[in-house]
Parts: sequence; C-alpha cells; structure tokens
Amino acid sequence: MFEILGIPSSALFGQLLIGLINGSFYALLSLGLAVIFGMLNIINFSHGAQYMLGAFAAYLLLQYSGLGYWPALVIAPLLVGATGVIVERLFLQWLYKLDHLYGLLLTFGLALIIEGVARNYFGSAGLPYIVPESLQGGRNLGFMFLPNYRAWVIVASLTICISTWFVIERTRLGAYLRAATENPTLVRAFGINVPRMITLTYGFGVALAAFAGVMAAPIYNVSPQMGSELIIVVFAVVVIGGMGSILGAIVTGFGLGVIEGMTKVFFPEASNTVIFVIMAIVLLVRPAGLFGRRG
Amino acid sequence: MEQRLSDPAADPHALQRSTLRGNAESIGFAIMVAALVVTPFFTYPLFLMQAMCFALFACAFNLLIGYVGLLSFGHALYFGWASYLSAYAAKAWGFTPELAILTGTATAALCGLVAGLLAIRRQGIYFAMITLALAQMMYFFALQAKFTGGEDGIQAVPRGHLFGVIDLRNEAAMYVVVLVIFLAGFLFIHRVVNSPFGEVLKAIRENETRAISLGYRTDRYKLIAFVLSATLAGVAGATKAIVLQLASLTDVNWPMSGEVVLMTLVGGLGTIFGPVVGSFVILVMQFKLAAMGEWVLVIQGVIFVACVLLFRRGVIGEIANWLRIRL
Repeated sequence: MFEILGIPSSALFGQLLIGLINGSFYALLSLGLAVIFGMLNIINFSHGAQYMLGAFAAYLLLQYSGLGYWPALVIAPLLVGATGVIVERLFLQWLYKLDHLYGLLLTFGLALIIEGVARNYFGSAGLPYIVPESLQGGRNLGFMFLPNYRAWVIVASLTICISTWFVIERTRLGAYLRAATENPTLVRAFGINVPRMITLTYGFGVALAAFAGVMAAPIYNVSPQMGSELIIVVFAVVVIGGMGSILGAIVTGFGLGVIEGMTKVFFPEASNTVIFVIMAIVLLVRPAGLFGRRG
Repeated sequence: MEQRLSDPAADPHALQRSTLRGNAESIGFAIMVAALVVTPFFTYPLFLMQAMCFALFACAFNLLIGYVGLLSFGHALYFGWASYLSAYAAKAWGFTPELAILTGTATAALCGLVAGLLAIRRQGIYFAMITLALAQMMYFFALQAKFTGGEDGIQAVPRGHLFGVIDLRNEAAMYVVVLVIFLAGFLFIHRVVNSPFGEVLKAIRENETRAISLGYRTDRYKLIAFVLSATLAGVAGATKAIVLQLASLTDVNWPMSGEVVLMTLVGGLGTIFGPVVGSFVILVMQFKLAAMGEWVLVIQGVIFVACVLLFRRGVIGEIANWLRIRL
C-alpha cells in the first residue's frame, strides 16, 4: 500500500472506480437523452423512470420466470423499449408541432405515473439483486481490489456508448438519422419513413436507459426512486456537455463521474453538489456547454 | 408554425374584446375575493390559508411561464428556502412574523438573482434543466445544513404577534393576514403583467429575436421577471412557514417544483386566475385522496398527461376561450 496526497491508494482508487461506475450510468443516460432530443426535440423526463423500469424488469424476470442476469440484459431493454414505442405512438407523436416544453411536461407526468405505480407495488425500500455467478469475485491489482462485476459495467457501458456513436456517426443508418434531424421533410421526400424512424429512435433511447437499469440493479438496490434523483444529475451533465455531440455526452458523463468520485475522497461534504457547481461554472464560462452549440 | 406555450386563443377580435376584458377581470376578482371571505365560515380556515399560499406560489410561477415563456422547474428552491429562513428567524431569532416573512422573502430574492443570472444564459429546454439542477443543489444544502433540522425540518415555529401587537395564534387574525398578503401579491402580479414592462415580457415570449431587434435588452427583462417571480414565491413560502408553523425538506425538494407546474397547468398557463383555481383544485384533490397513499402520485401524473394532450388551456383558459374573454 502507498499513499497519494496523504490518502491511501486503495481509498483513492476505490473512489476512482466508483466514479467510473457512476460515470458509466451518466454517460449511458445522457447518451440516450441526446439521441432522443436529436430526433424528437423532446427532453425525456421519464428517462430516469425507464431506467428504474429496466432494473425492475430484471428483478421480476428473476423472481417470476427464473431468468437470470444475462437473459435479462437482453430481454429487459427490449420490453421497456417496446413500452417506449407505445408511449411515442400514443402520446409523444402529438407534441412535435408544439413548444418543446410540452414534451418535458408530458414525460414528467409519465415519470410520476411509473414511479407511483412502482411505489404502490414494491414500497420505497430497495430490493436486492444478486451479482451473476460468472461475475462474482474480483482480482487484486496490487494497488486496489477490483470486483469483476464493476469492471464489467465499465467495459460494457463504454462498448455500448462507442457502438452507438459509431452507428450514428459512421454508418448509412446513422446518416439517415442525422439527415432527418436536420431536415425531416427533405428526408421523407427521398422515400425514407421518418415517422417510423422517430418511433424507433425513442424506443432505442428508452432501451438504453433500461439497459443501464439492468446493469445498475446488482450495484444499487432496485427501488422505485432510483431513477428520479439520478435523472436530475444527468440533466446537469447534459447542460455541461451540451446535447450537440454524442462523443461529448460520453466524455462528459465519464469525466463528471470521476470528478464526483474524487470529491468524495478530498471533500466528502460536496460530493452531492459538485456536479451542480461545475454546471454553474460552465454556464458562466461557456454558456453553450463544453461540446454544445448555442441554443 | 409552432404553437406557443400560452395564449393559444389569440384571435382577430381582440380589439372588440378589450373593452369586455377589464370588466371580466374585475368580475372575476370580485368573485374570488367574495369566495375567500365567505368560505372560512364553511370549511377549515387552515386549509384555505395553505391553499392561498400555494395559489400565490403558482401565480408567481405563472409570471415566468405564462408571460415570459420561461419554464422554471426549480421553483421549490425559492419557496422552500424562504420557508426555512422565515421559520428560523421566527423561532431562533424571535423575529415578529412580518419581519420573519421579510427575511424569507429577501432570501428568495437573493437566490432568484443568482439562479436567474445563471439560468437566463440558456433558452428553452436548457433553462428548465438548469433551474431544476440548481434547485436540487440547494436541496442538498438544505439536507446537510445544521439549521434546517435535516429530515425533521423546523417544527413548532411560533406564529408570534404581528407588529408585536396582534396575536396570530388567533385563527381569524392569521386568516386576514394571509388573505391580505395573497391579494396584494395577486394584484401586484396583475399590475406587472399589464404594465409596459409586462408588454415587453409578452413580446419576449412571442418572439425574443424580434424583441432584441427592436432594441430591448431581453436578458435584463428576463432577469427582472425571474427575480420578481422568485421573490413572490418566497413571500408564499415564508408565509406558509408561519401559517403551518413548519418548514421541511418537502418544501424544497423537486416534487414541489413539479406540483407548482401542475397547479398552473391545470388552471391555465398565462391566465391571471388560472394558477389560483389550479392550486385549489390540486390541494382539494390531495386532501380528498390522502388515504390513497402513493396513488396520488399516479393521479397527478395522469393529470399532467391529460392536460398536455387534451387540455392545454387549463380550466380558466377553456372558460375564457368559451366566453371569448380574457381571464
């Protein structure tokens, strides 16, 4: 064991790890928000609730169908993503011609409904979800102990984030998406079904949130309010990064997670608020956000 | 083009109606005052006082969203912190109620100035997210600060003697004080909205770029409106702390910010009476459904969705549109 700035290395790296884990969730969620905002021009306030739904779907799959973590990691996002498709068809599609704020208000209402129903059936206490057998245990890296599951979360979320970036920025499908964001009418004139693309984009963004929820289940307890506090932090992350850039959302998410973790080591009282303080500073220095365009 | 957040009923008969308009507002005001004077004889005065505090809170919030088009999703900050400071001043410093309310109000004004300076640097959706995030930050401060009493809040706040003379433990005296504060706040907002300053605010709501091109420094107008709204939300919160003799984390947490949005939305964004009606409707609903526990949250969510999809004008907005007047 050695010390850095008077802090034992195990504590420092331990918090760095927690920071990276939190950062993984910030990145996944702000990525989903950015993708949805890009296509629908709606800030999805129910993103946190849909993240929570993902965790609950994993919990229920285990309880009632005996399906473990790995099947849940595929099935839960598909299920929750499908509810997203329904929500878009039933509600959101009527709002595109209105002021953007109505989308925020409607999805806020949806978040209240989802959280209220979850609280009714599961109470406010957290439910435990066990780490899958194949990822239990960990390894000693010499300077710290690294649990296998946490390593997996970081690797998996980085992979998902970078794949999403690749699909949107480097493939034909992504080109359609970006074109439809710029000018939907023109893209429709080329014979591309833009409304269906919008529906599927929302479904995909919601599925991303659910995926994050499944990954979070073994780390945090599964509880109805797990999403609502997280989503506000993610909003601050989005304001700091700006929603113009996919890569920006990923970098900001991980970066802020790490900064938050380090704050826990050096100045624990501020760990809850550090991201909001950074947001205030960024607003003063670069109002458009670190990677954003003015808007 | 895009339908704006409020005043969806703009129509070409506006000139004709402008003579009617003053009358309709006066009649509405008379009905409201009469109702507030008569109802305490029939129902719980404490409930009505609480409702008037929330009504003023919603009117303050509506000043921003209804007349400037700015959605603040963090108004619990001003309501809650004013409530804390008012309660603390009355309890720990032994301030008289009017000074305690002033202390709370000044706190809210200061918070509004700082938050407003930050938030008006971005527009639309970002403005909502920034105000929400700043409010959440101040929620954590309230959670950690010693003087707020953490989870317990500040309880058993003395109502004290108004100007050191009138004992506010007397329910009737307290009721009159709250009624006067509420009506003063309401009339002040009405005056602001119908002043030349208010016209500029509405111009910013309709088309900010055009207002800038006409030479208005819109950022200053937005900031002043923001501080006014925060201050009035503070008056409401500070008064509530004295009336209910309690300041707690509920007042400063994000669901409170959501609730004031809901009250205003139900009543009608950008209508002068809408927030009052909306807050009474929501409070009566919470009161009647208190036994249903968490289902209240679900019902509130459903009302949000229904209002946004089917009922964007709100109760008062629909009535005004139906009668072709402005309320």
